[in-house]
Order: sequence, then structure tokens, then C-alpha cells
Amino acid sequence: MLLSLVQKSKSIFGIGETVTTPTSPTPTAPNDLQSGLSAKSLTSMEPQSTVQADHKEFQELIYDYIRSIKDPEKPATLEDLHVVYEEGVKVKGVTSRNIKIVEIEFNPTVPHCSLATLIGLCIRVQLERTVAVSNQFKLDIHIKKGAHNTEEEINKQINDKERIAAAMENPNLRKIVEECIQEED
Amino acid sequence: MAPESPVPTLKLVQTLKGHRGRVWNVSWHPQGNILTSCGEDKIIRLWGTEGGVEGKWVVKTTLTDGHERTIREVSWSPCGRYLASSSFDATTAIWDKKSGDYECNATLEGHENEVKSVAWARSGQVLATCSRDKTVWIWEVAEEDEYECAAVLNAHTQDVKKVMWHPNDEILASASYDNTIKMFREDPSDQEWTCVATLASHTSTVWSIAFDKTGTRLASCSDDETLKIWKVYLPGNQEGIATPDGQPVWKCVCTISGVHTRSVYDVAWCHQTDLIATACGDDTVRIFQESLDSDPNQPTFNLVATSKPSLSHTQDVNSVAWHPTVPGLLASASDDGSIILWQFIDASS
Repeated sequence: MLLSLVQKSKSIFGIGETVTTPTSPTPTAPNDLQSGLSAKSLTSMEPQSTVQADHKEFQELIYDYIRSIKDPEKPATLEDLHVVYEEGVKVKGVTSRNIKIVEIEFNPTVPHCSLATLIGLCIRVQLERTVAVSNQFKLDIHIKKGAHNTEEEINKQINDKERIAAAMENPNLRKIVEECIQEED
Repeated sequence: MAPESPVPTLKLVQTLKGHRGRVWNVSWHPQGNILTSCGEDKIIRLWGTEGGVEGKWVVKTTLTDGHERTIREVSWSPCGRYLASSSFDATTAIWDKKSGDYECNATLEGHENEVKSVAWARSGQVLATCSRDKTVWIWEVAEEDEYECAAVLNAHTQDVKKVMWHPNDEILASASYDNTIKMFREDPSDQEWTCVATLASHTSTVWSIAFDKTGTRLASCSDDETLKIWKVYLPGNQEGIATPDGQPVWKCVCTISGVHTRSVYDVAWCHQTDLIATACGDDTVRIFQESLDSDPNQPTFNLVATSKPSLSHTQDVNSVAWHPTVPGLLASASDDGSIILWQFIDASS
């Protein structure tokens, strides 16, 4: 069943989606000054060092919650197996509402690891239930470049919130995720 | 401070709370007197007002026990007598109130897994559903509470996210995780539903699509953070666009990028005002308007209003729907569990 999750996402390559925009597109620049877009500049007015310190603190908070996630197959944590690591967690910016955008990179243990999707799922669910409860943030997860032979497919899948939501309503899959993110007493 | 210049604005009318967890979809009854919403809590809420759309919107009815998992979308039949709901439990339920109260009187089964979207054709005699199982199903209303599968369309190579009917013709459009949009129609010669167009230009999942009122243009939104406008070119068109096999050809004539900063989950094209609204993963609702001197073959759409960050959804916006009769009235639904009613106010008004 885990495999089927992965298998469902086969062949996003080679279906001719290399973009050939038929007519010349006319990108429309936002031309309004009155709207919320200008809110972005608020954060850039803060002293850079304060922002960096705040981001670093948030990265540490996030990492604290994912380091202890158990590997779905091995009796060890993702940190023990170097699947997740501190430098893999980055606050890459903020939204117009000053919500942090967090990027997490992880490195599946073996290139053919079919459980990479599941690990991504565990990371997302763990953070939604912990940090996100009191601190809203946006999360993008991706596999370390070159670490997996179908990294693009997996990256797409673990960032599709609809698929994540549906996966967590699947009782079997949910059970596995719960076991991985369960706190040791 | 200088007095505010008369610019278009998106005014918050009311925040509707009641759902527990993520709200996936909002839609209006064709007469505009009922707003329908659904989501993670598996409950369909029917909202109405005390005396006209000006009044305060409150929950009038809740439909429970129809689905075992998340309800992804709800859609009214054009006659307004039937409500279809599609769910992650792989079924689509059809509700009506013939008995006096709303009841589920038919269940469409057949998809292997999550049903992502359901839409009624203008005639009210045909429905379409789509699923993560990569298929699009066409259902015909056989008789009272009887629905027959007329076709299973396997054109997409991935998860199908959205189905939407042409406003005037029996043409179906579908949007997919395979980055494309496809159009289907029944071949009059053999009554077989076939794929007649593939619209490829997005570089990631196409989350949603919306036709303009004429059905000659389509807006699409995507995980690639763009909004695209497509135009149909019929055989023998003046522009000289080739139409192989005598089939209409859809071309992307406008790409709006650099505006949305996260995945764009929904798009709605108002058939009264021609305004386009989008729902975005950056928590923002945006309104676009075509410029007056826009070239039909290379149109220009401007961002004319944005929800204020301080007075808006606090998480991803998943759905937007224009009211069918009140110009500028818009509903949006979000991961934050709320629905917001907005009124777009034009600079001139």
C-alpha cells in the first residue's frame, strides 16, 4: 500500500508538459499600490540581524520536532540515520502576512527507498500537530538533490496537500504515520 | 494623510464560522439564496439569511452521515433541486428535499479512490466526476434517483483535480496533476465521449478551471503559481490558427505570473461582471479585471483588488465562488475553518 502511493505518481515525466506556450504570453504585473502586496516591505524594515535570529530560532524549533521521528523501517530516528539534519531546515522567507515559509530537505537512506513519500508525510503531519498549532507557517518539503531516482515525483506528491489529507484518512497509512511520530515515553 | 483615492476594493462582509478543520469548497445555489460549504469535518452546511442577501448569513441546515471521509466539493444542479457532494470516500452523493428534509437519495459509486470534483451540465441531465484514480466519469440521469455511467474517460495520466462544464454546450473540461487540462464531448456519430483537446502550458498541477460566460475562454490556476487564460479558435478562424481535424483549438493567450506567491487552488470567473477571483495558498483572495483596450488574442488582465492581510483568511484559501445574481458578492473558504463573504467595490461605484 505504501508502494501504491508511490506508484500512483509514476510518469509525470515524459507526458509532453515541457511548456510550449502557444501564443506569446502577456504577463501582467500587479499594478495596484493600495493592496496588501505592500505589506511585504514591513519585514524588510526590521533590523536584518533580528530577523535572522528569529528565523534561526524557528529553524531550531522545527528541527527539534522532526529529529525524533522514527524511521518507518528501522529502529532508529530520522536524525540517527541522517535522514534529517539541522542544516536541512531553512526559513526561506515570509508571506505578506509575515508567515514564515519553511523549507525542509531530507535525505532518504537508500536511493530506491520507496518509503521516502512516507517520511515526507510523517514530517508534515508531525509539524502540523505541533509547531503549527501555535505558530502558523508554510511548509515545503523536498528530497536532497540526487538522493532519489524519482525525486521530482516524490517532491510533487509530498507537497500536494490534498493527497496528504487523503492519505491521512486512510486507516492503514495513518497507523504507520502515528507509530513513526509517536513520542517515546 | 492624503484622502484615499477611489480604487477598487474587496470589502469583508461577513465571516462564517462553524466548520471544524479545513473547509475545502463553497458554492451557491443557482438562485443565490443558499450558500453551501463542505470540508474535513464531513458535514455539508447550508447557509441562508433572514430576509434577502443583505441579511446576516447563518447555518440553516447541516447534512451529516452522507460520507465517511472528507467532502471535497458540493455542487447544485442547474434547477436547484439536487445537491451533489463528492468525497474522499470514493463516492458521490445526490441530495434532495422531496420528502421535506434534505436526504441522500442516490449514491454514485465506481471510482477507486477519492472523488475530487463533481459538476452538473447545464441540462441537468448529465453529471461528471473525477478522481485520483485518473479517470473522469460521465453520468446520465436515467430516471428518478437513477444515475447511469455513460462513459469512463482515461485521458489523463494522473490524479484529476477538477471537472467543469462549458456554460452553453455539453463540453466538459478537466484539470489534472498531470499539468494539463482536457476537453471532452460526445461524438454525435457514435455517442462515444472522446477527448477533443489537451491544453498544455502549466508546469505543475492544474488545480482548477473556470469558463467565462460565453464559453470561448477558460481561466486555469496551478501549483506553478500562475493564472492562465485560454481562448478557443474555431475552424476557419480569422487569425489563421490551424485547427487539425476540424476541431476547435484552445490556445493560452495570457499568463499571469509573479502575483501569486504559493499554489493557486481555485479560480472563479463571474458571469455577470467578468471579474476573475483566485484562491491562493498564500492566504489571499485576488480579483483580476481585463483592461478595456485588451487585445482578444493577447488580452491583458490586471490585479485590481486583494484581500487585506490583516482582515482575511489566516491559512490557505481553497475555494472561491461568485454569487449568481448579486454582482461582486464573493464567497471564499479556507484551511483556517472559515468562510468569508466579500463585496468587490469598483472604483467607479
